[in-house]
Amino acid sequence: MNSFLIISRNPPYGSAAAREALELALACALFDREVAILLLDDAVYQLLPGHNPSAIGQKNLAAMQQSLPLYDVDKIFVCQSSLETRGLVTEALALPVTPVDSQGLKALMREYEAIINV
Amino acid sequence: MKFTLLIQSAPIDSQSSATALRFARTLLTKGHEIERLFFYRSGVQSANRLALAPQDETNLPADWQQLISKHELDAVVCIAAAIRRGVVNATETARYGIEGDNLLESAELSGLGQLVAACAASDRVVTFGGGA
Repeated sequence: MNSFLIISRNPPYGSAAAREALELALACALFDREVAILLLDDAVYQLLPGHNPSAIGQKNLAAMQQSLPLYDVDKIFVCQSSLETRGLVTEALALPVTPVDSQGLKALMREYEAIINV
Repeated sequence: MKFTLLIQSAPIDSQSSATALRFARTLLTKGHEIERLFFYRSGVQSANRLALAPQDETNLPADWQQLISKHELDAVVCIAAAIRRGVVNATETARYGIEGDNLLESAELSGLGQLVAACAASDRVVTFGGGA
């Protein structure tokens, strides 16, 4: 299994989930595997710009996120309905993303060999 | 078939690590191969041999240790996730100038590359405790 879809479902802070999903995606890229990230549910908040997590003693995830394109992790998919229910639009996000509907989600699950829900 | 199992939640917080253990046992019973067990996120707690359980309860790290030793399985614990959570071996505590170690004897600390490599060598990757 050489292509990876890393699914994240959690907001950027509140647990290490978002950071550890990013770390896994970067590791896949570092070892030259095809990798994409899919943000579902509250994970769509991960790409809102202007985080200020120092107020809660957390490190900003932005630096790691901005390194994704440098490692050729440029396939970032976001669940369209997760965005809509939270009143967000793709243009407001800090990296270019591809919105996917429920058919698109199914297609992604078929396209990638290893689906890893972090 | 060759399987890689990814365990992501702590024994005490979720049933997932116990489910992964039973799944691993069943795979071996049915004649499948386990390429690697990879412990990530809070799943690293499954490799804490200092976790103790009352006598009439299951001690999951001890059960993992037994399965890994018996079948000589390859068990890797994500080093970055583990040291953040205090699951360490003597090499790591020496590196940080502190004492003690609690990693299961049969497991090793290594990087996420070991998960990527194991997936490449496997027919199936099964994740336990993801999404939480």
